[in-house]
Amino acid sequence: MARIGKIVRRTFLIGSAAIVGGVAFGAYYVSRPAPNPLKPGPGEAALNPFVLIDQQGVTLFAPRAEMGQGVMTTWAALIAEELDVIPDQVRVLHGPAAAAYYNSALMGDALPGKGYDTSNFQHSLGEALGVIGKVLSLQVTGGSTSMKDGFVRMREAGASARETLKQAAANRLGVARDTLRTEAGAVIAPDGSRIPYPELAADAAKLDPVETPLRDPSEWRYLGRTLPRLDMVAKSTGTAEFGVDVRLPGMKFASVRMNPNLGGGMKGFDDSAARAMPGVEQVVDLGTGVAVIASNTWLAMQAVEAIAVEWEAAPYPPETDAIFAQIARAFDDSPNSTMRDDGDVTTLPEGATVIEAEYSAPYLAHATMEPMNGTALYTGDRVEFWGGNQAPTIIQSKIAETAGLETEAVEVHTTYLGGGFGRRAEFDFGVIATRVAMALPGVPVQTTWSREEDMRHDFYRPGALARMRGAVKDGKAVMIDGRLATQSPSRQAMQRVTGMPGAGPDKVLVEGFFNQPYAVPNYRISGHIAELAVPVGFWRSVGNSHNGFFHETFVDEMAHAAGRDPLEFRLELMRAEHAPSAGCLEAVREMSGWTGKTPEGVGRGVAFTYSFGTSVAQVIEVVDEDGTIRIARAWIACDIGLALDPETVKAQMFGGMVYGLSAAAHGKITFAGGAVEQGNFPDYDALRMHNTPQVEVRVLETNRHMGGAGEPGTPPAMPALGNALFDLTGKRVRSMPFAEHFNLLV
Amino acid sequence: MATSLTVNGETHRVDLPDDVPLLWVLRDEIGLTGTKFGCGVAACGACTVHIDGEAVRSCQVSLGDVWGQVTTIEGTGTPEALSILQQAWVEHQVAQCGYCQSGQIMQAAALLAETPAPSDAEIDDAMQGNLCRCGTYPRIRAAIHGAAAKLQEV
Repeated sequence: MARIGKIVRRTFLIGSAAIVGGVAFGAYYVSRPAPNPLKPGPGEAALNPFVLIDQQGVTLFAPRAEMGQGVMTTWAALIAEELDVIPDQVRVLHGPAAAAYYNSALMGDALPGKGYDTSNFQHSLGEALGVIGKVLSLQVTGGSTSMKDGFVRMREAGASARETLKQAAANRLGVARDTLRTEAGAVIAPDGSRIPYPELAADAAKLDPVETPLRDPSEWRYLGRTLPRLDMVAKSTGTAEFGVDVRLPGMKFASVRMNPNLGGGMKGFDDSAARAMPGVEQVVDLGTGVAVIASNTWLAMQAVEAIAVEWEAAPYPPETDAIFAQIARAFDDSPNSTMRDDGDVTTLPEGATVIEAEYSAPYLAHATMEPMNGTALYTGDRVEFWGGNQAPTIIQSKIAETAGLETEAVEVHTTYLGGGFGRRAEFDFGVIATRVAMALPGVPVQTTWSREEDMRHDFYRPGALARMRGAVKDGKAVMIDGRLATQSPSRQAMQRVTGMPGAGPDKVLVEGFFNQPYAVPNYRISGHIAELAVPVGFWRSVGNSHNGFFHETFVDEMAHAAGRDPLEFRLELMRAEHAPSAGCLEAVREMSGWTGKTPEGVGRGVAFTYSFGTSVAQVIEVVDEDGTIRIARAWIACDIGLALDPETVKAQMFGGMVYGLSAAAHGKITFAGGAVEQGNFPDYDALRMHNTPQVEVRVLETNRHMGGAGEPGTPPAMPALGNALFDLTGKRVRSMPFAEHFNLLV
Repeated sequence: MATSLTVNGETHRVDLPDDVPLLWVLRDEIGLTGTKFGCGVAACGACTVHIDGEAVRSCQVSLGDVWGQVTTIEGTGTPEALSILQQAWVEHQVAQCGYCQSGQIMQAAALLAETPAPSDAEIDDAMQGNLCRCGTYPRIRAAIHGAAAKLQEV
């Protein structure tokens, strides 16, 4: 590790000159590979930014945030599959923040199409658009994109490295490259003798990378099957290093209190009591907040709470009701994101029955288990930062800006993330940690937020309103006209990262709303962006998280208005439109033994959302136990196109569902006097062992393109629960959390 | 004034005010970072350790009140020598982000010490104070049952 650390540090001191070029990126529009950030020392060879070989062995780089989704293991498997190394016999590291580690899939997803109807041409175009991610150096883990992004590139990286090593061996042995084969980290000569890769590294480094076709999936040994996760032993022994676990010689501990009126300033503060408290080293004025540096975190937290601060007001209406009133006013303006407008929704088909409903969804916090934190060392001309994050190149540039340094003077060490869910795609915790550390140059300072600080300074899933109008005739949906009003996380994030507001239609705003695979002849979905300064961000599944609830609760209401079974009603609309999605509904019907009827005291609900290229259907069963309602069972079927690690996909599907059910049952962030009212788990709870349903997951692979896994499990959970509660009680609730309306087991 | 405490069989002397919670003594003074900070109010269980074998929330036990021998996740097994419970955690591929799992394992270890073959209801009772935002509960349950079966064989 220390050796790699040195290599990485050298990379930043010297810059990004590559000793060996990267692998060819095929038909990408911008065809020149980004500079190789791995600068090998003597006796080492960095064959491309993802493979480094030295005398100790092979190191693979998985520069995506490991926040629980298993990306480290599957990313390494993509390289190992072609490189012919055994995944648990090589080192796998996250590596530095670097342009070479851009995410090509994230921007590809910005194409305007619905997704499920993507042609091969559009898919290629999406990959070409991915180069924008490269140009912007977007090394981001988000949007359920890692496998889409790495699937071809990482196998190419492994294959090219393998053939280059073979060429080095061929030169040494004086034989043709195609007489050699590779196995378990070694080149095998025609006489059966083995040359381990490290022995070939120095020679290989002098060669141009060799291009080679990828292996046929029928030859795969690692991909498509379940591998033991590389992080599992560390995470079962308390030895996995998260951001809060970073320990450096001479380190100090800090805690922070920023203005709870989010975005507001600070009039002044009195820190006399805090300064007199034990262990306190320094109080830091952060302009819109304060921090205390102390000898341990708890002493810092106590002292920072003892500072009397006079805060300025928030730049948004101070109460929840007024905030939602402002969101509702966005309906009065013309929509900016009408991404679907089929047929004519202005004329009611003759003889049709109209259904109208309004829905709302609350603001939500991410509530990662590991509160926000960061560790920084400022030495005047450099900053080193340690912490879990989903966007190291953005953090790097923002820290540089904060410290008045060039980007190259900032080194980012990405640890494991104690949950991400989109919260760690922001950079505020890195900037704050840097500003605190700048008060003590030469001393590493770890700044840990209290749970309350974390919950009250989030970039929230925005509150959202939907106005739905639909019509059914002869048992079928003939019209859906959906209107959404909410804040735009994309525009705010764009403003935060680039300083420029986003413009044009916002696909993320209406995702999960406009792109659902139902054949409804008259179908319009419009988004109205509400201008509000409440900080909002990317919450697991983003727009899908509220839109899935709106759309699928309304479809359920339409089914009932049409006198149809809600599962059959959906299936009929879906079969002609998108067979893989219909297949998911058929799968949960079979898995759950769905009959459309339930015994007394039992309710079942179904919901479906297509998101991030993956179709997901869920059935939730609720049971009335002496007046208390328990979420008893759940069935999930997803079609992900290609499951690179089926058990990891299952874990993401049920984990995503639990995240959605937690929000549906309990989650609500409210504002009073400008500040968020909830501060800790007692008032922002989630599902626990005793109220999490038994779950069965089925993974299908008929979708034409590979979809994401980390987020698609979340959106259908909320409407499926609401629909189940309706089935049980006959009461239709159009706002969450459901614990406010039903006596749920808590 | 220095306080003496025994953690994982080793005695440590720490010079801190009596009211500093055990959690922060472990993490910031002794350097045992396997025990996690999650909420500070005993609502998530991430900081669970054993004192004389009993599972406690270390964020709520002041240094001055530590009444016995402390065992943390580091004291139950190591990557090279996993406990049976930790082996079950690996076998069932429980962890996702992994942040809560030290606390989950410590809570489960205390349950199994008291109830060698727990029912689902007993697991619900014992484990409901331990939050997991990744939703790994079904695999935690499976791992506890798996470890219980293994322990019966021993």
